Amino acid sequence: MEIFRAEKITKKFINHIALDNVDVSVNKGSIFGLLGPNGAGKTTFIRIINQIIAPDSGNLFYDGASLRLHNTKDFGYLPEERGLYKKMKVGEQSLYLAQLKGLSKAEAIKKLKYWFEKFEITSWWDKKAEELSKGMQQKVQFIITVLHEPKLLIFDEPFSGFDPINTNLIKQEILNLKQNGTTIIISTHNMSSVEELCDDILLINQAKNILSGSISDIRKAYKTNTYEISFSGQVNMLEATLRYQYEILNHTTEHDKHHVTIKILDDSLTTNQLISSLIPLGNIISFNEKIPGMSDIFIQVVEKTNNLDSNK
Amino acid sequence: MNKILLIIKREYLTRVKKKSFVIMTILGPLLMAGLIIGPALLTQVEDTELKTIVIVDSSHIMKNVIPNTKYLRFIHTADADLNKIKKDFKNSEFYAVLYIPHVVLSYPGVQLYSNKQPNIDIIMHISNSLEKEIERLKLKKEGVDENMLKSIKTSVNVKTIKWTDEGKEKESHTGFTMVVGIVSGILIYFFIFMYGAQVMRGVIEEKISRIVEIIVSSVKPFQLMLGKIIGVAMVGLTQFFLWIILTLIIVTAIQSAIFPDTKTLMPTKSNHSQTLVKTENTGTLDESTKIGDKDIKEFKQAFNNIDMIDLWVMVGSFLFYFVGGYLLYASLFAAIGSAVDSEADTQQFMMPVTIPLILSIILLQNIIMYPEGSLAFWFSIIPLTSPVVMMVRIPFGVPYWQITLSAVILILSFIGSTWMAAKIYRTGILMYGKKVNYKELWKWLRYRN
Repeated sequence: MEIFRAEKITKKFINHIALDNVDVSVNKGSIFGLLGPNGAGKTTFIRIINQIIAPDSGNLFYDGASLRLHNTKDFGYLPEERGLYKKMKVGEQSLYLAQLKGLSKAEAIKKLKYWFEKFEITSWWDKKAEELSKGMQQKVQFIITVLHEPKLLIFDEPFSGFDPINTNLIKQEILNLKQNGTTIIISTHNMSSVEELCDDILLINQAKNILSGSISDIRKAYKTNTYEISFSGQVNMLEATLRYQYEILNHTTEHDKHHVTIKILDDSLTTNQLISSLIPLGNIISFNEKIPGMSDIFIQVVEKTNNLDSNK
Repeated sequence: MNKILLIIKREYLTRVKKKSFVIMTILGPLLMAGLIIGPALLTQVEDTELKTIVIVDSSHIMKNVIPNTKYLRFIHTADADLNKIKKDFKNSEFYAVLYIPHVVLSYPGVQLYSNKQPNIDIIMHISNSLEKEIERLKLKKEGVDENMLKSIKTSVNVKTIKWTDEGKEKESHTGFTMVVGIVSGILIYFFIFMYGAQVMRGVIEEKISRIVEIIVSSVKPFQLMLGKIIGVAMVGLTQFFLWIILTLIIVTAIQSAIFPDTKTLMPTKSNHSQTLVKTENTGTLDESTKIGDKDIKEFKQAFNNIDMIDLWVMVGSFLFYFVGGYLLYASLFAAIGSAVDSEADTQQFMMPVTIPLILSIILLQNIIMYPEGSLAFWFSIIPLTSPVVMMVRIPFGVPYWQITLSAVILILSFIGSTWMAAKIYRTGILMYGKKVNYKELWKWLRYRN
């Protein structure tokens, strides 16, 4: 079920277009990845979702109705450019920011206590923010973002500034939130976490939507019919057998092991047919389809649109 | 609305709790009390050393003319050798030698020799005493009756009376009201500068600490800006209020501790010695006390005669221009703060904002001289200068239509400037690492929210 939708969002600044007819649909309870190279318009789009700036044209819908200002209390936003009041005590400012989101003081204190204990940072309550390291501040900011139990969370580069241990902690929390039914939009350059977390993505380049859909569909669409096969023992007649419908992209030998990368050129051929033609050649140890990673797809798609653009 | 209150509360509490606020709040009244009490205190600190001055009177007519005072003793000699006394001066215990030449009546002039610098009190004491005596002798010589002269001595008191619009006659007190006007004008000037700059620094702080985007995801940038402006204004009002109270307490405390027997803080010693002199010449005493009484009476009158209505007009317009001027400037300061990345970058935008404010202070003198001139008129209508200039003019009486016009323009301008500042602000706070110029600001004004 759809919880958030953006239709034909366009935003122009005086000298450039930040967003050009971008459509998005986010399903309830899913994790949505917003991807794109630097300067593609992601942050502008996120600010539009948070109603910090307004689009020049286009419509936004939340939970079946037009997006309104009062919806922001259902949103939690962790901006890329984030910080805390340096001279203010951590507890005090967490309380202030929670109250700005509409929590009562008592509620805010209760929830802050829960999260501070969960993250084992209770001792920071009376410290000034400037006494904390960047990673520590990030933890506090994460708590502030999720504290009021928003239905839609928007994270802009949530993992920057975290060490691997804390990155995992935050990832785990994000998955927990998803499990509790929260919808999450993540903008990140970290493609491995996109693969790990996201259900659907939107890839923006030069203000335009260049790729969107579910991760599995996209990866399927970008697969190249390439397989990695390992044999043991003697492999005879490999080239001769696979001459016409196949292309051998790579062949390495390691002792008596052979690793071969094969691309099926004829779309009508199934993997079973490939395997049956390989069986006589030797002893197959493994057979894997080579599925492209999000990182490869990202680079491929972005470079393609950039080239198209420069060819124009 | 609730969110604005939260913002105001935070802005207020964090500033009031700061050490610098507490220090300034205590230091301010001490300085002010020092300014009030200092001069009075200084006149109390006097030279208590007993000084003997020997008078070499070649004219033979100045015996017992210069009276002794508490710390001054005069020894009169008629025919002593001035040169000898001068030569032996080092070994003598004399403080100074006063030489009165024999032609003193026709060429009034005396010499005071000393190896120290005699203070102004001593010199005044000597010259006053001698002048009186010489005048008396001259009158006698011309056959003028001293009492007759006194009776023709006249002092004309010009009372300024203004017709109010209703045709009533009202005494105006130019001196007193002028001071009130200037003080309120200068207070407004300081308030705008000090607290306007605080608003700007607050905006910059939120921007460089990068907390601002977190905040504007829950409140509108306009609410954040307005909350900050109002919060800081309340800090300023609190500080002023505390300053007034503390100053009064300190002044009263010191007054009762140091001058327990006197009721006023007027320097008393000089009056005292003057009275002493005058007792010598009987007749003048009455007059001098009369004059003193008259001064005090007039001062009291000036205080009491300010119509209650007038007072409320003063207080009301002070509060209005105080708040109105602050709101106008604070929103501009907020816009400047949002456009820059650090306080060092504010210079280019500060200039046009501060120049009108400084100009209004520079023009004060001219406006006091010609409170109804065209310069005063226009600068009390232009909103950037009107808070200071109009406040200075009001005590002289300004037609109601002018006050109304100036007030309406000020209200419209701070609404306009707040609106404009909000547009710059909400774009500026999210703009990092960009060198901003006026052209850029103009673009921001045209962005859709």
